Parts: sequence; C-alpha cells; structure tokens
Amino acid sequence: MKAGIALLLALGAAWCVAQSAIEVREFPDPVAEQRYRMLIRELRCTVCQNEPLESSNAPLAADLRQQVYEQILAGRSDQEIREFMRERYGDFVLYKPPLATHTLVLWLGPGVLLLIGLWTAVVVIRRHRRLIGATAPDTPAGQDRESGPR
Amino acid sequence: MSRLIPLLVFLALLGVLLFGLATTDRRKTIASPLIGKPVPAFELQSLDDPDRLYRNTDLAGRPFVLNVWASWCPSCSVEHPWVRQLGADIDAPLVGLNWKDRREDARNWLSSHGDVWDIQLHDPTGRFGIDLGVYGAPETFVVDAQGIIRYKLVGPLTPDNYGEVLEQVRKLENRPGTGAR
Repeated sequence: MKAGIALLLALGAAWCVAQSAIEVREFPDPVAEQRYRMLIRELRCTVCQNEPLESSNAPLAADLRQQVYEQILAGRSDQEIREFMRERYGDFVLYKPPLATHTLVLWLGPGVLLLIGLWTAVVVIRRHRRLIGATAPDTPAGQDRESGPR
Repeated sequence: MSRLIPLLVFLALLGVLLFGLATTDRRKTIASPLIGKPVPAFELQSLDDPDRLYRNTDLAGRPFVLNVWASWCPSCSVEHPWVRQLGADIDAPLVGLNWKDRREDARNWLSSHGDVWDIQLHDPTGRFGIDLGVYGAPETFVVDAQGIIRYKLVGPLTPDNYGEVLEQVRKLENRPGTGAR
C-alpha cells in the first residue's frame, strides 16, 4: 500500500517534470531565456495557487507562460510583464508582493516576531543568571555551570 | 503577571488561527483588480457565426452580464439552470463567453443543455480571458452601461449566491444610460 502510494507520487513528480520540459522555446539570446526562466518562477499560477507558473501543468499556466514568452520576444521589460499580470490577476500573481499598507504585516511581521523572540530570550537568560547568582553567590555571572542547581 | 504571558500568547495565536479558519472561503477566491475598470478591448467571433464579429461598442450603452463557460467545465453544467434563471430574471443581455473551447464542442454542449444566453462570444485561445483575469470557468461579470465591471463572481452560480448576483444586475438596471461617469 505504502509502496504503491510512493510509486504514484514518484510517477506524478516525473510527469510534472516531463510536462514542464515539453515546451521547447527558442530565444534570440541567453539573457532573454534567463529573464523568461526568472519571470515564470516568480509569477504564481492562479489556478493552483501554490505553484509558480514554471512548474504548473494547468492549461491556464501554459497560456500565461506563452504570454511571458511572447512579451519578452516583443521587447517588453520585466517590469512591464509583471505589471501586465498584476493588472489582470492582482498582487496575488506575484510571489513577491509589493510593499504597501495592506502588505505591511506580511513584510514586517517576521521581523517583529524575531524581535519578540530575541527579547524573550534576553529576559529568560537574564533571569536564569540572576537565579544562578542567587543560589551560588561566589560564582561569577555568565560562567558555565554544567551541574549547577536550576 | 509574567506567568500570564504564555497564556496571552497562546490566546492571541488561537485568535489568529480561528480568524484564518473563519475566512478560508474568502481567501480561496482572488479579488479581481478589474472591478471598477472598463471591460478590456476585445474583438471576438460569435460562437454561432464566425463571420459575425463583436467589439466592446456592440455591447455599450446598457448593462450586461458576461458569463464565462466551456463545454469541458463540469461546474458550468451545474450552474446552467441558474444561468437560465438569471436570463429570465433580468432585462440586461446575458452574454456568454465560450472560453478555451472548440466551436464544435461548444455547440454540441449548447444543443444538449440549451442556449440560454442572448449573445455567445468565442474565445478559443483564452487570450481575452487573460485580459479579463479569468482563471477558471465558470466566472460571471456584471458590467454597467458605461462598460465598467461592477461585480465578479468566481465559480458557479448557486442558490446561495444567486440572490446577490441578481441584486447587482438589478441595481444597474434601475439607473440606466446616463450614469455619473
């Protein structure tokens, strides 16, 4: 049973890889190809929602990859292509959303959480030291005590 | 006091997670940035007659409903009775946008389900669909007389959302032609 599931998953993964490799595109120069690769990696497939365009098998994702390709050939800039997608599908289509009031929590949240974590760690460590200092007054604070009282 | 902190953190986290659970449905659909914007320019063949071309100007001057569907889309069969109902309940034209579909397949589907739309546009490549920000069928747009998209429903018309869609159309029908814009 388990082996069957694993096999299925492996086949599925292989199929995905095979699928995304099927589109053979020709680019006038390596830079254009690089831009294409980068853009389809940072644009989200709107149907599957947790996949970039690059790895999605959804027909719409294929259409959007085609759009990116055509627009690169037409000489549009990365920013113009991103804007094209954003005008139609919203910020959601960008894996890297713009910094705006409604995305502040998204951008600053991790930093705030980190600060709270650091502050908590500092408070806990300080208290611990004070405790050690109180039970063993002749030990200098901060020294390692492997078998000291807690 | 400091002993309460873990409890407070726990409660805050609980609150965030419960809020997330309660709003799952809202986050599943992507809000369209096109609401309040004009319908993108199009020139599409009629599904019935390849020689008949439709442009934005053909639909201008009165509100209409644009319903995106395809013969390969199971939810489109599910919502079909409600599309029929909507067509009967509103005065505004009901425009079908047959999306990423073959003309043959679409016509067969229509003859078995019934063509309840007033106009059928054909977008076989899905290029106009991209301009409209369509990411799945069915989708339903409510457009005012000035060609501005006022409302968008992602997914099928259902008994639950039918009333709201109908109300959106009725609202526009009550103030025809000479809007503020």
